[in-house]
Amino acid sequence: MTPLESYFPLAVVFALALVLGLALVGLAALLGPRRPSRVKEAPFECGSDPVGDARGRFGVKFYVIALLFVVFDIEAVFIYPWAVQVRELGWNGFATMAVFAATLVAGLAYVWKKGALDWE
Amino acid sequence: MSKLILRRAGHTGEEMLLNFGPQHPSTHGVINFIVDTDGEVMKKAIPDVGYLHRSIEKIGEVTGYPGFMPYTDRIDYVAAMFANEGYAIAVEKLLKVEVPARAQYLRAASCELCRIASHLVSVGTMATDIGATTPLVHALRERERINDLIEALCGARLTYNYHRIGGVAFDMPTGWKDQVLAFLDHFESMLTEFDRLITYNEIYLKRLGSVAVIPRELAIDYGLVGPNLRGSGVDWDLRRDAPYGAYKDFKFDVPVGKGLAGTVGDAFDRYHVRILEMKQSSLIVRQALERMPEGEIMAKVQRKPKPEAGEALSRVESARGEMAYYVVSDGTDKAYRVRARTGSYLAMGIIEDISPGMMIADLVALIASLDVVAPEIDR
Amino acid sequence: MAPYQPKSDPKWLVALTLAVALTVPFLFPVLILLSMPLAEPSGGGVTLALRWLGNVLGTDLSGPVAHDVGTAVVLLLIAFLFINFGAIFSGICVWWERRIAGRMQSRIGPNRQGLGGFLVWVADAVKFLLKEDLVPAEADSLLFRIAPYFVLTGFALTFVVLPFGHSVVMADLNVGVFYITSVTALVVVGILISGWSSNSKWALFGGMRSAAQVVSYEIPAGLAVFVPVLMAGSLSMQDIIRAQGAAPWDWFIFRNPAALVAFFVLFTSQLAEANRTPFDLPEAESELVAGYLSEYSGFRFALFFMSEFGNIWVMSALATTLFFGGWQVPGMPAAAISALKGTGAWWGWQLVSMAVFAVKTLLLANVVIWLRWTLPRIRIDQMMTLSWKYLVPIGFVCLIFTLFWQLGVGAAPGLELASGVALSVGALFVVIAFFRRVFKNVTDVRGDAIDLSNW
Repeated sequence: MTPLESYFPLAVVFALALVLGLALVGLAALLGPRRPSRVKEAPFECGSDPVGDARGRFGVKFYVIALLFVVFDIEAVFIYPWAVQVRELGWNGFATMAVFAATLVAGLAYVWKKGALDWE
Repeated sequence: MSKLILRRAGHTGEEMLLNFGPQHPSTHGVINFIVDTDGEVMKKAIPDVGYLHRSIEKIGEVTGYPGFMPYTDRIDYVAAMFANEGYAIAVEKLLKVEVPARAQYLRAASCELCRIASHLVSVGTMATDIGATTPLVHALRERERINDLIEALCGARLTYNYHRIGGVAFDMPTGWKDQVLAFLDHFESMLTEFDRLITYNEIYLKRLGSVAVIPRELAIDYGLVGPNLRGSGVDWDLRRDAPYGAYKDFKFDVPVGKGLAGTVGDAFDRYHVRILEMKQSSLIVRQALERMPEGEIMAKVQRKPKPEAGEALSRVESARGEMAYYVVSDGTDKAYRVRARTGSYLAMGIIEDISPGMMIADLVALIASLDVVAPEIDR
Repeated sequence: MAPYQPKSDPKWLVALTLAVALTVPFLFPVLILLSMPLAEPSGGGVTLALRWLGNVLGTDLSGPVAHDVGTAVVLLLIAFLFINFGAIFSGICVWWERRIAGRMQSRIGPNRQGLGGFLVWVADAVKFLLKEDLVPAEADSLLFRIAPYFVLTGFALTFVVLPFGHSVVMADLNVGVFYITSVTALVVVGILISGWSSNSKWALFGGMRSAAQVVSYEIPAGLAVFVPVLMAGSLSMQDIIRAQGAAPWDWFIFRNPAALVAFFVLFTSQLAEANRTPFDLPEAESELVAGYLSEYSGFRFALFFMSEFGNIWVMSALATTLFFGGWQVPGMPAAAISALKGTGAWWGWQLVSMAVFAVKTLLLANVVIWLRWTLPRIRIDQMMTLSWKYLVPIGFVCLIFTLFWQLGVGAAPGLELASGVALSVGALFVVIAFFRRVFKNVTDVRGDAIDLSNW
């Protein structure tokens, strides 16, 4: 089996899930009522009229988390193949990964020290 | 309305403005909080009250003295017994009526049962607000049994209208005492189960400890009352320090906040004071039932009492703290002015002051820990 | 108070409902098992089927095009069965969770639709179909409409590699575990889109919280997954299971002390990624009303909901695969089952292996449900602290410990068995102590009477 063939089920499931989802939502659109009104289509804000919309400034903390994630998730990309091959790679691979992991841990310690992991 | 409030609060328009209420699961009734936030941390939360205003005090000026009693139920429908009692005591002072001892004891027993019921709602909804749904249902299950008992006593489960000017409406039914004692035996073991379920849960302690701290001085300055005041470490309880009714006859402890989960005056202290008070209330009910004197349950009061012109103030320790009634008579059969001072309204005032820098999740904890009841705020 | 007397004791009704509830979703894996020979890569099944079809139709269907089409049809059929399993499991899980919640909370729960309320999920689905599908006027209409499909496909795609039994898996990809962590990321994309496009503040808060939470817990989850991957030396789900044994001391979780820790790291992270209590911040009802779901209604809402409950299976199945020996049958090694291929016994062992896997997974799923109705919610800063200051460092330590452990096992192979036996005996004692404690707590409040009369 070629690699492409082994991934063929993935495409099938993806397409089928999409089709089924669309079909069900389409069916709901056919069966359900459609009576829009201004009040119904207003965003929910606990019954009060919203002041401004939801496209304002947002807590910067969330973006810091996103940055942290990108940094640390790269590590996963590198460690996965290494984790599979660790026996074949031997001590050389082990040392390489140790250096890499140490860098990451140092990074985590630095971020921690800087207070990026605290909310305030 | 919200725009007006924010102009006063100096909202710059940079951060997001959020209406937290009136239709929100954890505002405990129709209250609106206008929250100035960046998403999680709040710059300020300003309470906007008045959604449940029903002019109850004004109604007191037209109904006549006994006729106002059912309306007092609606001032605080979670703990209506106290609203009954406070009004009854104020009018009794105006009429210079002496309440029979048996009525005094029945009042104490019914009020303390009602306090347990009210605190159960408070601690249960607090757990729900923190995200644990099970404790609320357990608390309501126990409250149902209290409702059954009070229903047997006075025929109503929520708006009791049980206390009367000069006494109480009904005597205990046969076998009521044993039913209550059996419930209390059961309830005390349930309290330990409740503690195991939620009170000492690690996440719960972390969520409430050192959160929304109200220091002792601030609590006094804002005039907080009841469990909110005692949660801040102020040892003050009307039932012990200015006893009314039968309370001078009973022995009980007054729990105060000790900072078990962090700082004295945090949300957990207010919560824990309520848990401990339920146990004490249970002891008071036992004492009242054991020592219940024989005799009348009503003093002689005219059908349409006409007190001499004058004024009277009564204070009772409600489930939400000190509740005061101020009644002015002009000599007719209708009050000239009825005024109720309630714990929830006082508690709302402090929210704006301690909200800056808190998270939205903590605001929920703060509101829950203050145990505000919307009808009591607006009346 | 007089001891409570239940009105009736319909034990048989309860047993029947539970039997139906277990049978209905697992019919699908059984059907998949039956269609497995068709999907054989060597093409035997498809060729035979095409020859039969050709005879019936009187045309020659032995060409390569017909063969490819036939394969695709078989795959479609299997994919359809898998997606249906996911959907129906999540439906029944909703019912089961509500019944459990009812029992934990001294109330009844849904008991009206069908036996023991079993059909409540069907009624829910029909209701969702008949509801109006609202799109807020100020929402980003396109994004608002497509967000549920991200969630749905992200959920459905995990079934490509999830094993159900010895030979019951759609495709045993050689990057299995890695694939699961990547497709589940689609779910968070959907949630973030739904939160942002709604143009409602509550939805935005929910979406942002969800994104922050999922990306924070990806890291410890990834680190914890490395431990079984290192022990098995493979990313393929089936290889990881084959590297374990049926007995508890042969499971990865007990074979290495670090794996035990890694399991808890992974389980916590999975709870967070599935937005389950105590990590239900994105849809924290008491704070954010309904979070990112605030503006959704009708079947779009149902799609979110379905994925959320279906994810209970996915997360439990992943943990079973990685740490609890998957479908390994006691007394019947995987190789021995493979050797029976072609005989009737093979089919029987397949069913047994599926049952073993399902039992383990359902036990874990029940833990997830139990936690939800017990714990309060943590706050967002605590969520951050737990992930980055505790789980990530612990995950690193587990990873490094496992490296040295594997070197040690290479030198002294008895090490794994010793750890396995010691830890599984310890776990047994913990479980016994737990049940004794529960029994004591229950009898303390005289809550030991089980009332089934409202079933």
